Amino acid sequence: MAEEKKLKLSNTVLPSESMKVVAESMGIAQIQEETCQLLTDEVSYRIKEIAQDALKFMHMGKRQKLTTSDIDYALKLKNVEPLYGFHAQEFIPFRFASGGGRELYFYEEKEVDLSDIINTPLPRVPLDVCLKAHWLSIEGCQPAIPENPPPAPKEQQKAEATEPLKSAKPGQEEDGPLKGKGQGATAADGKGKEKKAPPLLEGAPLRLKPRSIHELSVEQQLYYKEITEACVGSCEAKRAEALQSIATDPGLYQMLPRFSTFISEGVRVNVVQNNLALLIYLMRMVKALMDNPTLYLEKYVHELIPAVMTCIVSRQLCLRPDVDNHWALRDFAARLVAQICKHFSTTTNNIQSRITKTFTKSWVDEKTPWTTRYGSIAGLAELGHDVIKTLILPRLQQEGERIRSVLDGPVLSNIDRIGADHVQSLLLVTEAPVPAPAPPTPRETAGPSLYLAFFCLQKHCAPVLAKLRPPPDNQDAYRAEFGSLGPLLCSHVVKARAQAALQAQQVNRTTLTITQPRPTLTLSQAPQPGPRTPGLLKVPGSIALPVQTLVSARAAAPPQPSPPPTKFIVMSSSSSAPSTQQVLSLSTSAPGSGSTTTSPVTTTVPSVQPIVKLVSTATTAPPSTAPSGPGSVQKYIVVSLPPTGEGKGGPVSHPSPVPPPASSPSPLSSSALCGGKQEAGDSPPPAPGTPKANGSQPPNSGSPQPAS
Amino acid sequence: MAALAEEQTEVAVKLEPEGPPTLLPPQAGDGAGEGSGGTTNNGPNGGGGNVAASSSTGGDGGTPKLTVAVSTAAPAGAAPVPAAAPEAGAPHDRQTLLAVLQFLRQSNLREAEEALRREARLLEEAVAGSGAPGEVDSVGAEVASALLSRVTASAPGPAAPDPPGTGASGVTAVSGSASGPAAPGKVGSVAVEDQPDVSAVLSAYSQQGDPTMYEEYYSGLKHFIECSLDCHRAELSQLFYPLFVHMYLELVYNQHENEAKSFFEKFHGDQECYYQDDLRVLSSLTKKEHMKGNETMLDFRTSKFVLRISRDSYQLLKRHLQEKQNNQIWNIVQEHLYIDIFDGMPRSKQQIDAMVGSLAGEAKREANKSKVFFGLLKEPEIEVPLDDEDEEGENEEGKPKKKKPKKDSIGSKSKKQDPNAPPQNRIPLPELKDSDKLDKIMNMKETTKRVRLGPDCLPSICFYTFLNAYQGLTAVDVTDDSSLIAGGFADSTVRVWSVTPKKLRSVKQASDLSLIDKESDDVLERIMDEKTASELKILYGHSGPVYGASFSPDRNYLLSSSEDGTVRLWSLQTFTCLVGYKGHNYPVWDTQFSPYGYYFVSGGHDRVARLWATDHYQPLRIFAGHLADVNCTRFHPNSNYVATGSADRTVRLWDVLNGNCVRIFTGHKGPIHSLTFSPNGRFLATGATDGRVLLWDIGHGLMVGELKGHTDTVCSLRFSRDGEILASGSMDNTVRLWDAIKAFEDLETDDFTTATGHINLPENSQELLLGTYMTKSTPVVHLHFTRRNLVLAAGAYSPQ
Repeated sequence: MAEEKKLKLSNTVLPSESMKVVAESMGIAQIQEETCQLLTDEVSYRIKEIAQDALKFMHMGKRQKLTTSDIDYALKLKNVEPLYGFHAQEFIPFRFASGGGRELYFYEEKEVDLSDIINTPLPRVPLDVCLKAHWLSIEGCQPAIPENPPPAPKEQQKAEATEPLKSAKPGQEEDGPLKGKGQGATAADGKGKEKKAPPLLEGAPLRLKPRSIHELSVEQQLYYKEITEACVGSCEAKRAEALQSIATDPGLYQMLPRFSTFISEGVRVNVVQNNLALLIYLMRMVKALMDNPTLYLEKYVHELIPAVMTCIVSRQLCLRPDVDNHWALRDFAARLVAQICKHFSTTTNNIQSRITKTFTKSWVDEKTPWTTRYGSIAGLAELGHDVIKTLILPRLQQEGERIRSVLDGPVLSNIDRIGADHVQSLLLVTEAPVPAPAPPTPRETAGPSLYLAFFCLQKHCAPVLAKLRPPPDNQDAYRAEFGSLGPLLCSHVVKARAQAALQAQQVNRTTLTITQPRPTLTLSQAPQPGPRTPGLLKVPGSIALPVQTLVSARAAAPPQPSPPPTKFIVMSSSSSAPSTQQVLSLSTSAPGSGSTTTSPVTTTVPSVQPIVKLVSTATTAPPSTAPSGPGSVQKYIVVSLPPTGEGKGGPVSHPSPVPPPASSPSPLSSSALCGGKQEAGDSPPPAPGTPKANGSQPPNSGSPQPAS
Repeated sequence: MAALAEEQTEVAVKLEPEGPPTLLPPQAGDGAGEGSGGTTNNGPNGGGGNVAASSSTGGDGGTPKLTVAVSTAAPAGAAPVPAAAPEAGAPHDRQTLLAVLQFLRQSNLREAEEALRREARLLEEAVAGSGAPGEVDSVGAEVASALLSRVTASAPGPAAPDPPGTGASGVTAVSGSASGPAAPGKVGSVAVEDQPDVSAVLSAYSQQGDPTMYEEYYSGLKHFIECSLDCHRAELSQLFYPLFVHMYLELVYNQHENEAKSFFEKFHGDQECYYQDDLRVLSSLTKKEHMKGNETMLDFRTSKFVLRISRDSYQLLKRHLQEKQNNQIWNIVQEHLYIDIFDGMPRSKQQIDAMVGSLAGEAKREANKSKVFFGLLKEPEIEVPLDDEDEEGENEEGKPKKKKPKKDSIGSKSKKQDPNAPPQNRIPLPELKDSDKLDKIMNMKETTKRVRLGPDCLPSICFYTFLNAYQGLTAVDVTDDSSLIAGGFADSTVRVWSVTPKKLRSVKQASDLSLIDKESDDVLERIMDEKTASELKILYGHSGPVYGASFSPDRNYLLSSSEDGTVRLWSLQTFTCLVGYKGHNYPVWDTQFSPYGYYFVSGGHDRVARLWATDHYQPLRIFAGHLADVNCTRFHPNSNYVATGSADRTVRLWDVLNGNCVRIFTGHKGPIHSLTFSPNGRFLATGATDGRVLLWDIGHGLMVGELKGHTDTVCSLRFSRDGEILASGSMDNTVRLWDAIKAFEDLETDDFTTATGHINLPENSQELLLGTYMTKSTPVVHLHFTRRNLVLAAGAYSPQ
């Protein structure tokens, strides 16, 4: 009996060092070990006593959490003066620090500037207590209103999904520890309608899963109609509200089957019709459903996964693959699949391995069109480091060759053409302004591969490799291992390392203001091989192609061979304002040269407030872009002065960090996004339409962007 | 009212003396008396003051008056008293008396001591002697009878002469004891210096045994018990816990720290899980010095742990211990345990588990034997001036007129005297005012519209959520007619809301009142201030969290009890504080008005419950006996009894008339946080931190049901108006509805069960559970059935 319930009664006592510390703080320098020991025993005992009394106050205060005031009252009971100054209800101001094998909780006392306090506006007065009535139950049935918890809590949904026979009705799922054994299974007779069902026979050989009736009330039907219409309708504001509702409302459990059918049917129809917009809307719905903390989608994954997968690997998702941004949809859907895997993959359903197989299969297949290929890689890349390590990296060389062959080859199939175009338009930023094309770099030749390479390199492969490989990054080694993609990869790894270092330094890389092209330009080229940038030195410049730093005609600096991982400032001169043109593309994260990157940025003094925008470089007119060194492009910031900016169209007026549909999402732009966002964690989906953009619609506003 | 007050003073006289109540007959002896000693002793640091203080506020505190009270005020209650008097009560009485005498001597209160001794007719040597337990019986009986005879002889007399002397002594006693770190002792000699009571209490542990042998003794016994026959094993296993604790304490007391530690380590895992909390306290107690202020430890010593064991099992044990010459254990069994032996079959493990768990073991069987008048009082005859407007309305329809009288006759059925009801005037009750009568009539009208509840007709639940309470809601009450809600908050405020469209109006200021035409018919309307009418009124006055709140039945008053040790009475006419009742020196956890108003009860950290009348600033009764905080207090529907639930995991039922403890219910495994009587007064439902709700039959003193389902503290319990449904609200954010009719349907109230107290609980919680309603992270602090059987629930939303 009692043996199983072994109690955990720890007889913790304060360490005697604490006593010493306290004694020292009181001015008693020498205190004997014996005394310390006695004191700790005594103090520990008293503390426990007080804690027990404090618990009493917590219970009587009908709370689950002990507060500092409980301890005060407990002290008061003992005729001890309470501790003043610890009155935070929710927050106990102790911080934890550890190091050198010691753990320490300390009270952080900050010096506060009084004038700061005086000058800050008064906080808002907290709301006063008020009373609100709602129906918890109407004649035995709990109405599904926001005041009540969702009819089926997530745990229960999960339990139902994973162990259907053990499922319990709401409220009975948690049976106390005192609950008699052998009742777990029969607990299924619950409230409401099922209540009258005769209890199942104990020990009956067959136990049927109680049929659940998905009845929707009139309100729910109305809601469903409204929501689905809004989700696929034309009004973006409504859609945002609808998605918000899906993502947060607690009572959607009963509508789930309908939503999931809606989505899967919707995808089925719209893929055939190549209706990119609707597909994106539907994926956003999936995302919203996934985000709802009260829903457990396991039961509907079988409908959702095919729909999402379709959006990743489908050969064609839009009517004009050459212009529409179906790439973003693929990215978004890939992320969704990864999320689904993370949440619902178990050893029983093997979702992850099945998905991985699907992707791999389509990737390996020689005949796979480039779009599908892209989707597969994107999907795989989202599945995490292990997948990248085991599945993508080994194939990089092969893939690089394939891409090279496709691009180099004289005959391009239509779909390849599109892919190549897509990539090319992406790469225009770097290539176009080159007056005379430099000898083909792997990057240029790579064509679609570049897109892929960039994609997985920058976001996924590089960080993985950075972790996998020991620091010295040698381009030769990379080339040997990864083929034509090697150098690129190498530079990205270097960059990734630098980025990690940068992040460690907590350098804010997202805000840059550059007003004067010249100084920055010079600075950007400043990183010379030198003791300051040892990381750069290691990259053999000879192998890397000369960095083509293109500036506008006036500001042109001689192309200067510099190690690829440097910072590039690209000035584009558009035809409209050749003389004053000051659009800068700045790649900020120069690998291995944290100092060089930050210093110019911080030192430049903005004389004119520029508009800083994240721009997908691809959309800019070809002449406005400049190539950068292999793999060195991490982030482009286009800075333009207001007067020129407005009229210029292209780069400036296009605020969306996401490549507009007209252009394909360039690796550059997506990487730029990532660069900005990685610090914040990977929670926000890559996609687009983020508020950072100036808010104006993408040029091709007909094409919706998946929203994060 | 004057008569009433007079009656009250009389009542007051008879109960306040705190120490002496033990002189009262037996029940008080084993329950209240012993406990009162415990209370005094155990009051945390310097806590002795509170009890003494209360007696001093009483103005006397001498023994004599006490007896007076018994004789005068308890004509009805007298019957049970002497009957039970002799055996059990006597030794306690005498011990207590001795203690009091010694205390008086210590405090240099010669006069009082002399007086007391004269009263008690105790011999000097008896006082001096340490009171050998053997001869107690005869002496005690003698004392008791002497007291009784003397009282009857000189009933009016002693009250007059004594007060000045004893009163003074009382006061000095207070100062004396309050200055000393601990309270006056109940047993043994009183040494002023060294925390006398404690050393006295502990001295019992001083006998030396070989510390290294303890583990051997214990494991020997363990082996013996585990090898005994199945039927005995369960019963004998009850010994483990008390023995373990006492042996551990002995080791600690004799400063064998290491042995104590290893003893604890080795055997604490064997103890039942429901003793975990106590074990935790015990585990932190490792030094002799710690024992001095430790309440749990003192409880263990001051109250004998009660075990109920069949004769066979006991014989087995006895033989074993004697064979093994295991004196150590035998001593403990003899001195610290009370073994309640019964004849017949040993109980099963389930039977035992159902009953054990309290701090001091099970209740003794005789503790629950006395008669309880659990019936309802006869409703006063109210000539129902058949409501005009209703009748008119119904007359138009024609038929219903016939119905009316019928319904009245239904109502009057209950007016037949219940055989179990107490005499109508057993407790003086306030007379009905006109407004009360009106309210009764309203009530009756509502009753006719009441929903008949049942498993197929569940009530609707309306939930009142306190928003923005920042975890500060500590108490809630709703008026009987469901028009007002009061909330007590951790910020010391009490807030009253009107939940009907009628706003809360207070009486105008005096200057404005003088302007009113006092002759006008609607003067009562005119005195109300419309300008300041609002839905919410805030009552300021407490200086600590408000843990209890209760409306008076007539809705004119509100009571609140707080951490600051006071109970406050608020007027809902002026929304000001009328009285602060001081008596509990420690936090007051709960308070409740009697269903007839006027009286109220409070209970708190000082381990006593007190009965008060609104027009007396001192308590009329002190119900002492609990070994830990009194967490909740409820009046019986007939107002003759008070139930208290405590952190010592027992529920006690007290007779308001004489202050006796008439029922002790054990079986909960955690502190009790909620109580409710069934509307017919027969049953009691209690909820505790263990998440279980237990049902008790008051008449038979038996547990009759166990409702499992909640996963956290049950904070609120309420029966529907007709008693068909029991609603329970809990910290686990659920409201659950239980089928009360079914739960009470097939009771095992055969003679055998009643006689032995062996119960077999059906495992039918799941069948009884009618519904579970989750709230959105809102603990359910209060439940209320409106007169039409709508459930009102209340709690504060506490975002995680």
